[in-house]
Amino acid sequence: MEMKKPVIKSIPYEEFKDNETLEALIAEINKERTNVVLGRLDDLINWGRSNSLWSLTFATSCCGIEFMSVGASRYDFARFGFEVTRNSPRQADLIMCAGTITHKMAPVLKRLYDQMAEPKYVVAVGGCAISGGPFKGSYHVLNGIDKIIPVDVYIPGCPPRPEAILYGMMQLQRKVKVEKFFGGKNKHQQKGYMPDEPIIVTNCPTEQTNGKDE
Amino acid sequence: MTDFNTIIEAIDSSLNSMMPHSAAVLVECILAAVCAIGAYLVFAIIMIYMERKVCAAFQCRVGPDRVGKWGILQVFSDVFKMLIKEIIDIKNSDRILYNLAPFLVVMSSLITFSCLPFARGLQVLDFNIGIFFIMAASSFGILGILLAGWSSNNKFSMIGAIRSGGQMISYELSMGLSILTLVVLSGSMQISELVEDQTRGWFIFRGHIPAVIAFIMYIISGNAETNRAPFDLPEAESELTAGFHTEYSGMGFGLFYVAEFMNMFIIAGIASTIFLGGWAPFYISGLDGFNEAMCWIPGIVWFLGKTFFVIWLLMWIRWTFPRLRIDQVLVLEWKYMVPIGLLNLLIMTICVVMGWTF
Amino acid sequence: MMEVTFVEIEEFRSTMIHLHRKGMDFLREMIGMDWNEEGLGAIYILENSDTHECTEIAVRTTDRENPELPSVSDLWMVAEFYEREVFDFYGIRFTGHHDLRRLFLRKDWVGHPLRKDYDTSEEINPIRMESEPVEEFSREYDIKDDKELAEKVEKLKILHYDQYTVNIGPQHPATHGVLHFHLSLEGEEVRKVDIHCGYIHRGIEKLCESRTYPQTLAFTDRLDYLSAHQNRHALCMCIENAMGLEVTERVQYIRTIMDELQRIDSHLLMYSCMAMDMGAITGFIYGFREREKILDIMEEVTGGRLIQNYNVIGGVQADITPGFAQKVKEYCNDQKKRIREYYDVFVNNVIFTNRAKGVGVLTRNDAISFGATGGTGRASGWACDVRKRHPYAMYGKVDFKEIIHTGGDSYDRLLVRLEEIMQSIHIIEQLIDNIPEGDFRTKTKPIIKLPEGRFTASVEGSRGEFGVFIESRGDKTPYRMKFRPTGLPLIAAAHKIMKGCKIADLITIGASLDYVIPDIDR
Repeated sequence: MEMKKPVIKSIPYEEFKDNETLEALIAEINKERTNVVLGRLDDLINWGRSNSLWSLTFATSCCGIEFMSVGASRYDFARFGFEVTRNSPRQADLIMCAGTITHKMAPVLKRLYDQMAEPKYVVAVGGCAISGGPFKGSYHVLNGIDKIIPVDVYIPGCPPRPEAILYGMMQLQRKVKVEKFFGGKNKHQQKGYMPDEPIIVTNCPTEQTNGKDE
Repeated sequence: MTDFNTIIEAIDSSLNSMMPHSAAVLVECILAAVCAIGAYLVFAIIMIYMERKVCAAFQCRVGPDRVGKWGILQVFSDVFKMLIKEIIDIKNSDRILYNLAPFLVVMSSLITFSCLPFARGLQVLDFNIGIFFIMAASSFGILGILLAGWSSNNKFSMIGAIRSGGQMISYELSMGLSILTLVVLSGSMQISELVEDQTRGWFIFRGHIPAVIAFIMYIISGNAETNRAPFDLPEAESELTAGFHTEYSGMGFGLFYVAEFMNMFIIAGIASTIFLGGWAPFYISGLDGFNEAMCWIPGIVWFLGKTFFVIWLLMWIRWTFPRLRIDQVLVLEWKYMVPIGLLNLLIMTICVVMGWTF
Repeated sequence: MMEVTFVEIEEFRSTMIHLHRKGMDFLREMIGMDWNEEGLGAIYILENSDTHECTEIAVRTTDRENPELPSVSDLWMVAEFYEREVFDFYGIRFTGHHDLRRLFLRKDWVGHPLRKDYDTSEEINPIRMESEPVEEFSREYDIKDDKELAEKVEKLKILHYDQYTVNIGPQHPATHGVLHFHLSLEGEEVRKVDIHCGYIHRGIEKLCESRTYPQTLAFTDRLDYLSAHQNRHALCMCIENAMGLEVTERVQYIRTIMDELQRIDSHLLMYSCMAMDMGAITGFIYGFREREKILDIMEEVTGGRLIQNYNVIGGVQADITPGFAQKVKEYCNDQKKRIREYYDVFVNNVIFTNRAKGVGVLTRNDAISFGATGGTGRASGWACDVRKRHPYAMYGKVDFKEIIHTGGDSYDRLLVRLEEIMQSIHIIEQLIDNIPEGDFRTKTKPIIKLPEGRFTASVEGSRGEFGVFIESRGDKTPYRMKFRPTGLPLIAAAHKIMKGCKIADLITIGASLDYVIPDIDR
């Protein structure tokens, strides 16, 4: 079966960095052969999905401002179809984690990720989300979000330029385009993600007790 | 211009000759339903694309342009994505109401859509209380929104739904008053008659001042009815995350999304029907040559042109103004719009009785 | 160098009451300290808002197991939050404080991080994935008759749980960051608000204690990233004054011009985010369009758009480019025309004026008591601009007006910032053509050691007074470095002014106060 090469308008396949990871992913997914009809249907649906990635508005610190700049009129990610940023995790396709995640924010992020509807993706924007960034030695900073959720694309920078964010989104589009939708496993465990037990956020407050009023 | 009545009668007689009457009626109903739903979806896709491009134009941006030439395939890709999204089962929600709510909203939207007159004879539902029926059918969309907010078991959705309920019920009144003003002018509630009457001049010109006031009131209350900015409190993005449809994913959310755009189309369609003449061409009494030339343009082009003009107006308003607060929304309605509407109705009645219209 | 007066615990409260009566109504900064053998304590920097005279008082206790100090939260309202912060980081219990809970860290955090003997191992504080336990009651500590520290038996409820309680945040549409508003509502009206901070607390002050002075500069840009130049300017100024290093006049000119450009950038963003929060997304896009032009200029000179790393100890990193003056002048002329557009599209719109006028009124006395500096304070009638109070760099030599409005509502707060853009352009125009020749960087030793003592410096950041405090023991790393948060007083003020408003007003007030969360949490 010949290697599927996802096509992105205006940037040829060879100019993308890290084609090796993508090719390994394709080899992994395509271990079993698939039906031609299902394959074509997959292509159509993947075309639809890759051009309509709606991100959850989630920005904690400085990288959030660059994310807002990407949406403004100079860089305009609406050209790709990404401008619909939904606020509810149930309607979003990807979570662009822009900014540092601290110990206090970690359960919140995990809960948001769990609330999202499949198929969902995670993009780690900026040094802090990838590895803790300049705050790596701190007592309250999570050294990279891949400790709690699986990450699909890493966009380095402090903060990454808007063009870098767009490039990262195009890499995500390539990844979406090679996935199989009908049958077959897609999500791969990334390095560093705790493999066996799913991390569940517990002790969510449900009841309140009564007491003396102010 | 073409009269679709003759075409429809031809289809009817050929069907009746081929099969028993009840079967023919069944086939006709199915055909009408398919056409209505098809047109609904086509216009929804056009509207979503138009919104994104118009928004980009106002904001000095480009808008979608990578998916297909000029980005015209963008909405199709959104639709594919929405179809395959996982539909999440909320644990503590009221199952029946939760699943019913999007359908109520779409149903009300589809019924009102069927009443719009696209051209002479090209109308699915047409009977003697047409306009009144439209007002009644559009009001049960509110139920869908309230149910969505209530059954989601989410405090934000609840706040959004209650705001929406209060707002929509209030603005029904102004909408009704402005439509009633035009009914007084024309003397009939049947939609096809309303439009036929406008072939000798659109109501907004014939009714001069009261009709213009009624048009402005109708645009404002139509905006509020469809929960569009500046009245988009129920789904105020920067306040309540996503308002009443926070807990919907996949197709459920898709139905709300489509219904919002189509409601805008319907409001614009009704505005162009009763104020701007529907499919009736531009008519100036005395200029016969001009009127002849205007008649060459088919009715459906007139209708769609006027509707899309009103839609563009609504989008312009949306992308300019900030959002109103809920108490300001209600004050605007009850303290300003309702008294003005009643006064306007009175003025129109006096004008009609005294013959001061064109 | 700062002279600090140490006061005994028994006389502390009477001293503070006396100073407050004398006119010291502005608590500028409260710095928690761990002096090892000498004990735990705090330094208070007070200022008289009329005469601008400053006093520094310190108090300490040698008890490390159950340290307690008297609270001053009834004299200065912002002390309520400063004391919660010191309790969080040092464990000092303030007696008489009504609501002594942790401010930044989780309720179930073990230990007090800024103590010198804090154990940073993973086992004690792992990444807890359970939700934080919800605290319903506030805590107040008191000294009982037998001199024992005890918790008060009668507890006050933080929020009325039999009413509708709602959480806004921490994940909230991207404008302001991660802040958690815990509200109790009655219909649309907010009965009480409780703000939880700390979701972006990165432990910068603790990190600084193990970094050399040039390494600590990297953190300042990331605190309030929209005052990146001003923050770094403050730290460089503090270290240079401590070392006794004089910078050339060229450097002063460049620093002033870049500060003012950064200020315009920040105010444009404030306007854009306010427009977006109110629903006028087009206003947001227009503001960002102008902001891109400033970012172009900055990128050409410093290499960065948001995080610039420009000021260094002794000067600036690199000289300005030859076309700099021309580009800045072009930008200033363009901006003067465009600002008219903002007034037409958004500010004078009747919907906006109805939503913002009279909403969230902060009186002048409250602003001083909260220490709410910056545009917020000036909109309430308090002349709190550091550039006028304690001039630094070129500000003593240029002519500009301090914009003051007296209404104190959200509308005034927006107007103050838009008018400050015009004032910043005025300052730049006075300086841009007269930049003197000279060195852009004075040479320093490779290893920088500050002499022993306490040093402080303040600048007017985009959001208020940004202060730096360094206590040095003669090493190449600081013993204690504290940054005065511009946003924490604003959050303190928000607790008071958001009571009784509607949910939509809460958003308006939040947007007009203009806080940046990483600056609050540090």
